[in-house]
Amino acid sequence: MIVSKQKTLEEILGALEESSSIFIIGCAKCATVCKAGGEEEVWQMQEALTAAGKVVTGSVIIDEACHMLRSGRELRAKKEMVEEADALLVLACGAGVQSISGGTPKKTVAGLNSLFLGNIRRFGQFEQKCSLCGDCVLTETGCICPVTVCPKGLLNGPCGGMDNGHCETDGQAECAWYQIYERLKAQGTVAKLKKTVPEKDFSKMLKPGNLKIEK
Amino acid sequence: MTSRLQEKLDAGRFVLTAEVCPPKGSDCTEFLEKSRQLAGVVDAINVTDNQGATMRISPLAAAALLVREGIEPIFQITCRDRNRLALQSDLLGAAALGIDNVLALTGDHISFGDHRSGKPVFDLDSVQLLQAIKGLRGGKDLAGKTINGVPAFYVGAAAAPEAEPFPLVFYKLEKKAAAGARFFQTQAVFDPERLRLFSEAVRPLQVKVIAGILLLKSAGMARFVTNNIPGLKVPLTLIEELEAAADPLTVGVAIARRLAVACKPYCDGLHIMAMGREDLIPEILKAVRSDK
Repeated sequence: MIVSKQKTLEEILGALEESSSIFIIGCAKCATVCKAGGEEEVWQMQEALTAAGKVVTGSVIIDEACHMLRSGRELRAKKEMVEEADALLVLACGAGVQSISGGTPKKTVAGLNSLFLGNIRRFGQFEQKCSLCGDCVLTETGCICPVTVCPKGLLNGPCGGMDNGHCETDGQAECAWYQIYERLKAQGTVAKLKKTVPEKDFSKMLKPGNLKIEK
Repeated sequence: MTSRLQEKLDAGRFVLTAEVCPPKGSDCTEFLEKSRQLAGVVDAINVTDNQGATMRISPLAAAALLVREGIEPIFQITCRDRNRLALQSDLLGAAALGIDNVLALTGDHISFGDHRSGKPVFDLDSVQLLQAIKGLRGGKDLAGKTINGVPAFYVGAAAAPEAEPFPLVFYKLEKKAAAGARFFQTQAVFDPERLRLFSEAVRPLQVKVIAGILLLKSAGMARFVTNNIPGLKVPLTLIEELEAAADPLTVGVAIARRLAVACKPYCDGLHIMAMGREDLIPEILKAVRSDK
């Protein structure tokens, strides 16, 4: 899922400086799990904006704000409240924000920072395991992703900064290649580390991504 | 052009190299002055590439200035700040400017330096960079296109003799050798016995080993590099030795000299990192002159 975090209230109020009436939009999926744009956060935002002297015309929690047609439909169902507002404040990931903004000429403010595609360790704790690089190497690396777990994305083993299996950028974190080494050893396939991996094909992660499934 | 460093190492002679950090700014007076003084003592001078991710003048420019002075540089090039186009084009530029030695590195992460909000590149890793250089030397770029004018670099790579787990590190060293590394310049060595084991382990790779010696200027500096420089861990006993000293710098020079003498039997050359006190390098190398 997409891990996101709310911007500071100060930043949000700054973006809404010239808007006195606001309609708030949350997302029932990822942003809810991240406690950044679910029902509770939309409610708290409403309180905070009201306390700051804004008029909140209404709110809606969209079931998957990244779904463009559904977002449009749910906003149309709240047409009056939306139209009454000077600005829309979206507490969803960047994809969600653009589903909303693509369907309305109204000023739209992004209330969250989208961080990464994350796994859920436990409630409120998320970890990035995959960078969506478009060219998966996991089968070769004991299913530990060096593109993501190594801050340098190195493909041929650890850098000179590895310290007893720890990463140079964070002494608490295990080096990706140390993890891969240990895993491959346990699987009896450590000889895979002898293979030189050629330069990565970054054309497979060209922006903007686009996929149309052919029938 | 051919690398004199390569000629000496291939002839089995013991070599000395030292690292000089290019300036932060375009005034190279002091950099050149230090380099001139060292030129009589060492065989080649490593020009670092935005060392520690701190922005400085381009090592390509600084190395070219050394060439102009008749001093042989080792151009350090890292993957942190350049994609594959920039790496290859800088390498071709280096060849055109008469630079014969290249040290291909991954590069310290950008989070250590003075431009922490910059975008780390790492389009290639050090093994892939070595392969790119091998390609250029064979007349082809990474896209397989023929190049006009083929560089004849003497190519080196980094190695960390004291890194653990060594088997994991060794896989990468094997790849570096296969990708054309002819010499290893090592991270600072503090335990000569570890260097002996390292040299034994890499002997089958037929890569020359130039062992790193770091000048510890004080206990505080030793602690600082341990905490802030990737891959560097100064043993507590040395820190204590510096701590107890009335004149830590003199003791630091003595430690470096001691390590240089102790390491010499286990390597093909020594590489001195004096962290700004390049003036002390002749003192450190007193007992281990190169075979000129």
